[in-house]
Amino acid sequence: MEIAIGHYLTVGAILFTIGVFGIFLNRKNIIIILMSIELILLAVNINFVGFSASLNDLAGQVFALLILTVAAAEAAIGLAILVIFFRNRKSIAVDDVNMMKG
Amino acid sequence: MNSDITNFSSLAPIFPELIIIIGAIIILMAGAFLKKQASVGLAGITIALLLVVSLLIILFPTDGIILNGAFIQDSFARYMKILLLASSLFAIILSLSSAKENSLDRFEYSVLLLFATLGMMIMVSANDLMSLYIGVEMQALSLYVLAAMRRESSKASEAGLKYFVLGALSSGMLLYGASLIYGFTGQTQLDEIAKIIMLGDRSIGLIFGLVFLLAGLAFKISAVPFHMWTPDVYEGAPTPVTAFFASAPKVAAMALLIRLVMESFEPVSQDWRQIVIFLSIASMILASFAAIGQKNLKRLIAYSSIGHMGFALVGLSAGSLVGVQAVAIYMAIYVIMTLGLFAAILSLKNQNGYVENITDLRGLAQTNPFVAAIIAIIMFSLIGLPPLAGFFAKWHVFLAAIEAKLFLLSIIGVLASAVSAFYYIRIIILMYVYEPEQQFIKAQPELRFIMALSGFLILTYYFSIAAPLTNITRFVVGSLF
Repeated sequence: MEIAIGHYLTVGAILFTIGVFGIFLNRKNIIIILMSIELILLAVNINFVGFSASLNDLAGQVFALLILTVAAAEAAIGLAILVIFFRNRKSIAVDDVNMMKG
Repeated sequence: MNSDITNFSSLAPIFPELIIIIGAIIILMAGAFLKKQASVGLAGITIALLLVVSLLIILFPTDGIILNGAFIQDSFARYMKILLLASSLFAIILSLSSAKENSLDRFEYSVLLLFATLGMMIMVSANDLMSLYIGVEMQALSLYVLAAMRRESSKASEAGLKYFVLGALSSGMLLYGASLIYGFTGQTQLDEIAKIIMLGDRSIGLIFGLVFLLAGLAFKISAVPFHMWTPDVYEGAPTPVTAFFASAPKVAAMALLIRLVMESFEPVSQDWRQIVIFLSIASMILASFAAIGQKNLKRLIAYSSIGHMGFALVGLSAGSLVGVQAVAIYMAIYVIMTLGLFAAILSLKNQNGYVENITDLRGLAQTNPFVAAIIAIIMFSLIGLPPLAGFFAKWHVFLAAIEAKLFLLSIIGVLASAVSAFYYIRIIILMYVYEPEQQFIKAQPELRFIMALSGFLILTYYFSIAAPLTNITRFVVGSLF
């Protein structure tokens, strides 16, 4: 069986959905939310590279490289904010992010 | 169109951004090597830098499309850049008096604010999905850190964390939309996308991409149903940072949204207008009802700003030149009102520190008549009472909506505006009817200046800036059509 663009898009869509559900259904740990964010960005990268190959156009792969770079910066900032949150609250449980509501 | 990157003068349209990059890096290095006391001087240099760049954009306008079509400078971009540079400038000035209490007396604050401003300028000038994404991420990453800038406060770190998670999710949705649009058109440049859509029929994949892209941008302008982060972040972040959040990023995201839908998706305007109408109605209704129960002043302003983004989207949903012009006017007036209101909140300081609860405003008219009068003027303007500026802002957007035959949207908007009057007037009653409970320390001169300027512009809007603002916006919006 030949692997066509549709297969890549399906994998991308499944990973994207797992990432979004990981953010909203996860009730345990903020680290898992950071992992879900990475999953979303990588799902987008699969889309871009798949489209780039099927369109014979390099722009999609350039975009994918940009996303990888920014994702690294985003993970660094996310972890830094998580560290100061942990210092203040001594916990990184999702249920403890509850000081402000309404 | 393909500019030669080795030719320095061909980069003229991006000079303002280059100056900000170089300035920010110099301030970063200076801050790293100088003593901590130097941070006040560095804030002064930042203010000067923002002023110089604004003057450069006003006095030496150079339009053009450069960097292989990724970056566009036109009159619309210049107008929006002036607006957001002015917001950043006043946000720094607002932070001066309370910098110590809010742990903002560090050079990182100026640097991050400059990088966020730079990201917003790239957003406003983005002509390609890649530069759009880079601009959005540059401002977002700086804003996450700014929200959590007060490291020892658990509220601020929680605000930063919430902002980060939801902001990253919105970037993911924006990117997923961008990937679908790239895949179904084969282009990343905004005007090329429009050409492809014009040629072929509208495929379902493209519409999916458009929906995801608009959802990602709705997060950035905090339109319902993507508003959940706004009240928490506004409450938790230090007040001067909240003032910045409420003004400049909204202008940039709105400008980006306008350019995207007007330039790339003009051929499928029926599709995106439905989405924008939904966002607009949901924002106006939810904000007017949710704000009623709020006790914290900053949360109230958060819901108020959600509602105002809904009103601004009324103009965009008309999809016409008049509608976009109305949004441009709305954003200018919104910035004036927001910065004035935050200057007033930052001047409410008693011997225990800054107050944030609505009930603390009791009897303010007796203890501090000037601040009370300014808050009252801004509140009346936020309701939209004539002849204040807020009335004309709403008048323009509703006029555009009625011209586009969006009668239901206009009726819902006016009703939501009437409901929102309830919580604005409650504040005015608290200030003018009740007896005072506490004394406030006299406000710093720069805060009083900003309050007076904002109050003056709102009061005399019709006679002072109405005519020039209308003429300028009519001219700048023309570059999009």
